[in-house]
Amino acid sequence: MLQINNLSKNFNMGTENELIVFDDFNLNIIKGECTSILGANGCGKSTLFNIISGVLTQEKGDIILNDKNINQLKENERAQFIGRVHQNPSLGVSPSLTILENISLSDKKCQKFGLKRLINKNKIDDFRTILKTLDLGLEDKLNTEVKFLSGGQRQSLSLLMATLKKPELLLLDEHTAALDPKTSRLIMEKTQELIKTHSITTMMISHNVRDAIKYSDRIIMLDKGNVVLDVKNGDITEKELVSIYNSRHFDSSLPEAV
Amino acid sequence: MNSLIQTAIEQGLVFSILAIGVFITYKILDFADLSVEGTFPFGAFIFARFITLGINPFLSTLFAFLFGTLAGLITYTLNIKLKIKALLSGILTMTLLYSINLRINGKSNVGLFNYSSIFDNLEVIIVLVIIVAMVKILMDSFLKTEVGYLLIATGDNETLVKSLGENCDKYKLIGLMLSNGLVALSGALMAQFQGFADINMGTSIIVVALASIIIGDTVFKNSRKLRGTTRAIIGAVTYKFIGAVAIDLGLDPNDLKAISALIVIVFLSYNTFSPNISLKSLKKQKRVGAYNATNK
Repeated sequence: MLQINNLSKNFNMGTENELIVFDDFNLNIIKGECTSILGANGCGKSTLFNIISGVLTQEKGDIILNDKNINQLKENERAQFIGRVHQNPSLGVSPSLTILENISLSDKKCQKFGLKRLINKNKIDDFRTILKTLDLGLEDKLNTEVKFLSGGQRQSLSLLMATLKKPELLLLDEHTAALDPKTSRLIMEKTQELIKTHSITTMMISHNVRDAIKYSDRIIMLDKGNVVLDVKNGDITEKELVSIYNSRHFDSSLPEAV
Repeated sequence: MNSLIQTAIEQGLVFSILAIGVFITYKILDFADLSVEGTFPFGAFIFARFITLGINPFLSTLFAFLFGTLAGLITYTLNIKLKIKALLSGILTMTLLYSINLRINGKSNVGLFNYSSIFDNLEVIIVLVIIVAMVKILMDSFLKTEVGYLLIATGDNETLVKSLGENCDKYKLIGLMLSNGLVALSGALMAQFQGFADINMGTSIIVVALASIIIGDTVFKNSRKLRGTTRAIIGAVTYKFIGAVAIDLGLDPNDLKAISALIVIVFLSYNTFSPNISLKSLKKQKRVGAYNATNK
């Protein structure tokens, strides 16, 4: 579904801060699966997402989505296939617009934006129904500006907006990391519901081994730009995964790994 | 005093179009565009050029708007295509326009008393109210369109706009062109209002625009129903009114610029440091107080 072939990426080439993140990296993501990407800070997880979504360009290698090479497509052009939810809840929404305005914008994703009025009164009830599935009472706050929402509410809305027009590939970039444990679990449940119902191919960066075991079909661990573990969920127990995870000196994530 | 108030309101209306223009860049796009200091007299000189060539005053005013949008295009090119910082892009456009303005008519001051203007057939204030109302209604409707919302979203969060499949640069271009067009329009109206176009009429005009926006925002801090354009208009008129009263009370007109800067400083710091004092928040505090009292 998504193939990454011979990927090479480095930063600050030729300076003393030179950093080679990927050197001849290959990965194949299978359609309909939820793949978790684990790894310490700096192992290349976010760089990988940034390359897939077009924020960064690679030095070498091909990104092939559904048999189509998307190397030449810009970030906004890739948006028609790829949805992304960021760690920062504010990155997925427009804070000074209301919930209704935000969701109306995402409903027009990758269509032509013109001089028609954005808010379509006939769609408001549909949006209410969709918002109701989040169970956060957002359906009654349609005219509230998003900047007044809590982080969890904002992230739920971001998730909803990123998946409103079903993307071929959904990138979840530690999308629950900035939330408290309860909200985080809630958002993970909603995420699962969404991707299972619509069988959206998903890649999920996480530092939380338990989430990876619980929610994904496949678990990949990266270290220094290499795949060091690639297992189907069920082939590994949580305990084994934690011990592999910790053995690689992921100090920053030790408390979360349990 | 009455004529003073009337002049203040008329000037305020002229400047309210400037304020709406700057509102687009400063508030919506979050882009500190200083090019308006050149665009304002640019509009005045473009008007002067066309009117002295015998073109209809309404058409000449429209030309001022259209040429003004080109100033926005220059700033866009400098900032987006040549990657020069926003603030410097605006200053460079302003500097370019200074020389261009002197070239348009070949002189630094053009008297317009002997030429027709859009104020010939009706009371000045009526013409201005009609124009300001038109600009406000058009702007408000534009901001309700799909493109309008993307303009707001671009100022808010570029990542979101890209994730919607859109190119942010396009919306910055639209915003900058529209903003500079309106500022030039305001300059053309000012030239007709005062009867001349002058190279210095743009000096520190950005402070006037910011003062108008900030005053409007402060006065109506907690009224979310009031649109930004309305706030800008009320702010501009209030600002001019304060200035007129100050002069009437014996202030040296030469000190007016310093007073303008002080007004901006006072209102900005008020917004930053003041507790949220408004009728609404006081009522809320009362309610919370009552709630706490009953639950003790």
